[in-house]
Amino acid sequence: MKYREEYRNPEITKGLIRKINEMGRPEIRLMEVCGTHTMAIFRSGVRSVLPETVSLLSGPGCPVCVTSQKEIDSIIELSGMGVILTTFGDLIRVPGTETSLQRERAGGCDVRIVYSAFDAVEIAKKNPDRDVVFAGVGFETTAPTIAASILTAAQQNVSNFSVFSAHKLVPPALFTLMASEHINIDGFLLPGHVSVIIGEDAYRPFFDAHPIPCVIAGFEPGDLAHSIYMLIVQIANGAPDLENAYPRAVTKTGNTKAQTVMDRIFIPRDSEWRGLGEIPGSGLKIRNSFESFDAEVRFNIPQTESREPKGCACGKILTGVLTPPQCPLYKKSCSPENPVGPCMVSSEGTCAAYFKYYDE
Amino acid sequence: MTTDKILLDHGGGGKMSHRLISEMVAPLFKTPHLEGMNDGAVFDAGGRRIAFSTDSYTVDPIRFPGGDIGELAVNGTVNDIAMCGGEPAFLSLGLIIEEGFPLSDLEDILKSIARSAERAGVSIVTGDTKVVPNGAADKIYINTSGVGWVPDHVFLDARNARAGDLIILSGSIADHGMTVLTLREGLTFSSSLKSDTAPLNHMVKRLLSSVGGVHVLRDPTRGGLGTALNEIALQSKVGVEINEADIPVRPEAAGACELLGFDPLYVANEGKLIAFVSPDDADKALQAVRNDEFGKSAAVIGRVVSERPGKVYMKTTIGGTRIVDMLAGEQLPRIC
Ligand code: SF4
Repeated sequence: MKYREEYRNPEITKGLIRKINEMGRPEIRLMEVCGTHTMAIFRSGVRSVLPETVSLLSGPGCPVCVTSQKEIDSIIELSGMGVILTTFGDLIRVPGTETSLQRERAGGCDVRIVYSAFDAVEIAKKNPDRDVVFAGVGFETTAPTIAASILTAAQQNVSNFSVFSAHKLVPPALFTLMASEHINIDGFLLPGHVSVIIGEDAYRPFFDAHPIPCVIAGFEPGDLAHSIYMLIVQIANGAPDLENAYPRAVTKTGNTKAQTVMDRIFIPRDSEWRGLGEIPGSGLKIRNSFESFDAEVRFNIPQTESREPKGCACGKILTGVLTPPQCPLYKKSCSPENPVGPCMVSSEGTCAAYFKYYDE
Repeated sequence: MTTDKILLDHGGGGKMSHRLISEMVAPLFKTPHLEGMNDGAVFDAGGRRIAFSTDSYTVDPIRFPGGDIGELAVNGTVNDIAMCGGEPAFLSLGLIIEEGFPLSDLEDILKSIARSAERAGVSIVTGDTKVVPNGAADKIYINTSGVGWVPDHVFLDARNARAGDLIILSGSIADHGMTVLTLREGLTFSSSLKSDTAPLNHMVKRLLSSVGGVHVLRDPTRGGLGTALNEIALQSKVGVEINEADIPVRPEAAGACELLGFDPLYVANEGKLIAFVSPDDADKALQAVRNDEFGKSAAVIGRVVSERPGKVYMKTTIGGTRIVDMLAGEQLPRIC
């Protein structure tokens, strides 16, 4: 498509790809930890031009996918409690243990898709006699706006608004990934949007503990090729580094304003991830000073027994242990129309990406 | 998780809509016209061939840069008839209005309908108005149906694409969808983004009278270019190859797509067509499309092959190849 900027210049990108192919290295396994990267990699066709020895694996980068089954079930329970449940679109199709938000909506529950938590605050203002709950999933990318929406609601006394916080933080998950015995990765493509918020330095503690090649990457085909090239050079030189290949958007310290808002509303807590289990300090809880906006405090959400979908390999796919075609349900009983697990639902999910773009 | 209820995705124009129609609607009515999955039906009436099409319009917001729901309702049906090769002549107009809808807004919409009909050269000849209680509809829904005559030499059908055909796209994609979406979400970061809603019947007439080798016409509305190409590949049992670098996307639309994580290939258009044309006629056909005011940036974006029937492949800007599938549901903004 007709773009102008340099990172969209196909000739430069093709040059990089040529270099990568000329380097001819044995087996390299790179992992991206960002759903938007997963999609961008497929869309650009980057895989088809890389040497066969370079494999790109998808890690726990899709926010909806890493949300635990328990959290999904709680959100679905909330939708049945007479509230207006607002959420990002992807979440409504995720199968919980018994049902999904989409099904509950078709059955009469008031579930509304919004594009921002601020829309939910507006809905709350228009419906002062109803409780409006926003189901907050996502990484550091979405958490600041959700924090800001709580601040706004507090300032404007919108007392019927609350948030169910299932947010997750990326750096703690990297530690857990490296500690996993199945892990077999030579380098990380670090997420672009998340890094815009947290900044390059946020990965420093991780890199110091686990010196493995790390490059922060953007989303254009040129960005991807460039970042992969940088990783391969690091690997070839045996000189792991933490580099930023997306400086037009990511700074060393990140968006400090967003961080401040986040910090004002949220406090880290342990959190369960699909596929990775409980990770210390990887979730965000609403601070006690704002607890009236915390749906977990406001509502007595029934705790049902959560079970992950039978046969679904999402957990292994989220850690790069398996790829979707290795799941026995993939393209059989599981498809985007009839998703068994969240990785097939979310547009950022690895299974959905494979289904859409991968051609055996 | 199969469903026993209608979900929003069933109306999204992608796989779910496709299945609803092919598995539930078409088998019940058993008319050959429905099986072709064309934009409208062509049938014989007293020795003349008539193209007939109907469409209902709901859009939020009802007014957007580049047009409004009234203009969409006229252009949409005019275009559907044109895609069957028909020269649209008469339209009906059905209005379902929510109680409390401002009369002045209604008047604006009706005026816009009148203007659009005049521009397309069609007459509104019959209509109906219903008002439903507050909350039972969202502001206003419009249905238009229309008929047009199909010239004797014209035979278009989604099943007619054949290997060797070149694919012409009449202009940039994703403008309408991204305009409405960014407006709805209050993302007014790109003020020059504007809907492409336009009548294509004059362009089609010009095209069909200049060359004989047009096999399929389609306007890639809901579901976008990607879905339209898939439908034709399936219906014609051929493979389709397109070239990303040749597909025009305006920078504003590309920017909005990037921000929200959308693939422009699946974003709605309301004033674009794709034409499958035999290679010998392609140059003339491209010129004919470019001569129309709404086809100035038309381009050849790909071709039909016999390999891999039913599938669409795209050569990406960096020289990679990827499959272009039909969308399963609606595209949603990224949250990652
Ligand atoms: S293909 Fe379906 S069932 Fe298998 S891992 Fe992916 S989402 Fe789960």
